[in-house]
Amino acid sequence: MTDIIKIKKGLDIPLEGRAGGRPLPTEPSGLFGIVPDDYPGCIWKAAVKPGDKVKAGTPLLIDKVSGAICLTSPVAGSVDDVKRGERRKIEYVSVRREGDGSESFDTTAQPEAIVKTLQASGLWAMMRQRPYDIVPAPGVAPRDIFITAFDSAPLAPELLSEKLAPYLEKGIETLARLTSGKVYLSVRAGSGLTSKTAVVTEFEGPHPAGNVGVQIAGIKPVNKGETVWTLDAATAARIGMLYSGKGISYDTVVAVTGPAAANPRLMETLVGVAIGELLHSEITGSVEATRIISGNVLTGVKSDLQGFLRYPYRQVTLLPEGSDADEFMGWASMNPRKFSVKRTFPAFLRGLGKKYDFDARVKGGHRAMILSGEFDKVFPMDIYPEYLLKAIMARDIDRMEKLGIYEVAPEDFALPEFVDTSKEELQKTVRDGLDYLRKELS
Amino acid sequence: MKPQFEKGGRLSKLHSVFDGFYTFLFTPNETSKSGVHIHDSNDSKRTMITVVLALLPCCLFGMWNIGYQHALATGTADHNLFSLFFFGFWAVLPQILTAYIVGLGIEFVVAQLRGHEIQEGFLVSGILIPMICPVDTPCWMLAVAVAFSVIFAKEVFGGTGYNFLNVALVTRAFLFFAYPAQMSGDKVFVNLGDTAAVDGYSGATPLGQLASSQSGLVDLTGVNGDILSNADLFFGLYPGSWGETSTFCILIGLCVLLISGMASWRIITSGVVGAFLMSVLAHNFATDLYPVTYLMPLQQLCLGGFAFAIVFMATDPVTACRTNTGKYIYGFLIGALAILIRCYNTGYPEGAMLAVLLMNCFAPLIDYCVVNANINRRLRRATVNNQ
Repeated sequence: MTDIIKIKKGLDIPLEGRAGGRPLPTEPSGLFGIVPDDYPGCIWKAAVKPGDKVKAGTPLLIDKVSGAICLTSPVAGSVDDVKRGERRKIEYVSVRREGDGSESFDTTAQPEAIVKTLQASGLWAMMRQRPYDIVPAPGVAPRDIFITAFDSAPLAPELLSEKLAPYLEKGIETLARLTSGKVYLSVRAGSGLTSKTAVVTEFEGPHPAGNVGVQIAGIKPVNKGETVWTLDAATAARIGMLYSGKGISYDTVVAVTGPAAANPRLMETLVGVAIGELLHSEITGSVEATRIISGNVLTGVKSDLQGFLRYPYRQVTLLPEGSDADEFMGWASMNPRKFSVKRTFPAFLRGLGKKYDFDARVKGGHRAMILSGEFDKVFPMDIYPEYLLKAIMARDIDRMEKLGIYEVAPEDFALPEFVDTSKEELQKTVRDGLDYLRKELS
Repeated sequence: MKPQFEKGGRLSKLHSVFDGFYTFLFTPNETSKSGVHIHDSNDSKRTMITVVLALLPCCLFGMWNIGYQHALATGTADHNLFSLFFFGFWAVLPQILTAYIVGLGIEFVVAQLRGHEIQEGFLVSGILIPMICPVDTPCWMLAVAVAFSVIFAKEVFGGTGYNFLNVALVTRAFLFFAYPAQMSGDKVFVNLGDTAAVDGYSGATPLGQLASSQSGLVDLTGVNGDILSNADLFFGLYPGSWGETSTFCILIGLCVLLISGMASWRIITSGVVGAFLMSVLAHNFATDLYPVTYLMPLQQLCLGGFAFAIVFMATDPVTACRTNTGKYIYGFLIGALAILIRCYNTGYPEGAMLAVLLMNCFAPLIDYCVVNANINRRLRRATVNNQ
């Protein structure tokens, strides 16, 4: 019998534009890009030059420290650009698709061989470790491995496509060889997803029930000195596919969602696809007045038509920018379509099922923390978020550890950031805190 | 016009002031740069406005009651609603203006010195302060007290969100201790104007009458010597600091605060429980030495500043406990201490102000203990696992 964990604290933001139906194949895109910023914890150096021929699975970037972890090309073709920004930092490596062909990997089921294959194929980098929410450090055996089989973020699509789903079990079996602990699979209550190898736990409730951090907190929290790996079911299934002899796959289903999407839908494509090619006719308004988010509205990255689909490669959200509106005396507004979790707006009389207007405005000035307890209502972990944030701001390592920083990732603070009356940048604070801690303790 | 106030503009020195007025008129159209792309509509302005809205019933009733008490005290026959209201309105308008001009003036200057945006905290404090003072408080005293508390209770700690004492109560405490003669007794709570009082007039508040009573329990009387009924006490038809006499209006404000979620029901509930239990205890051991102990528990809850303090002062999120468990403890102790001081310290006819200020000081300690319990739980978990 599977355990059910009910998440009570949280919020499903009533955003419009959910993608439904069967995924449609897109026209074959020409340009793909990998952004090293999506993979924190490594120092990436380019392994290719513009013009080099690559196959699907050929390393584009290699981690300088380990010399083994790679970010790989999703398609066969030639390297289009190694774009560098300030201080020669690599912004992205792009590949133009030409022809076919993919690298082959050693699929021996020995732990050392599995690690090598995962690192070389780019699948390793798609996993994360706690503490620090970074690409797993090589040489550290994880206490347990946690796989989330659903994404509860606003308008997020299903994680497992029909193509990938059959390989999940094989992926779990492969991963189980890498830990002396257990592999935990967290599924949405009622999804019927099971596993022979993994310990399956069902989760019920609003976002952030699908956040792997919340799932770990409910199953077996991370303590100081312990390391766990986390990944989504799509990555696990890709591993399974590789070890089933089907070769490496960078296929993904992307949900084009959001209130500014002309026709919200699911599209079959590959990781790192150029946003411009994906979205050529999807935006309702003018492109300038639309915010293109690679990801969901809470944790996604602001992008543009020149950008690429970013990790975790599953969603694009289109949102009105809203910067053209100078709202007169907005603080006195009785507009029922202004959404707030507080009951200071008439919206609370309408409930969550109704239509609300969302745009990218911050909707208020930045202040010090004033209201208490507002983060707790959307933060279902046994942690005092406000105190942890204050410890991070004070750079007090001892207190950060005591208050549970090893258990959290920036994404866990996305909903608190959304509801925050003082409009602080909480995810950035947590990311800076984690980076600071890692630097000080290494 | 805007560019002149921005960095490098001719009037850039007034940027904070301009920004304060601009964001008051228009919601800023700044869009998110990092982190979440959408935000909840509630901001600090909306929060403060909601609290001011909750204060309005008390404020309007208080103004009318000033007129009403004046009419009773002077034997005026005219009980027209509007003439009573406007009598009170004109009596307190200078105080409200003084509080806002001095308080916001300091906020504007400090914001400009620090290069910050102007913060809204004083919108609430500015109306609270006159409401918890006697109607006859001279404006210059109010100005001194407001300046003291805004500077020394708030700005030196970093402004709104960083103060550990409630600004309005610090103002009240400053007035109480710096000018005791003008702030207590039976002369300041009723505005007589230029008219002579009727025979048998006494301007003492009900709690003042009890505190100075020599013979144990006395009947509480209104300004014209009539006995006050329990309904009078509940609806607030007696002299006192003008905003806080009517428990009925405070309950309306309470509804606004609880529905909007701007006040913590935990603090209020445990505060009322604490006060009630303390009142029952005091009533059971009532003695002539401490006449206030003769009051029935419900009278204790309705009289004086307790109800106002527990609803509007104790729930100030910045100075209260911030953890949920802490809020129960904090509220309970405020309730119990307010009644304790009121009953057993005859020097202070009312204890709510001191109780809230005292617990403001202890709130961080209570939170510290609650957070430490979480820390210990985490440590225990780690130790058990590593064995």
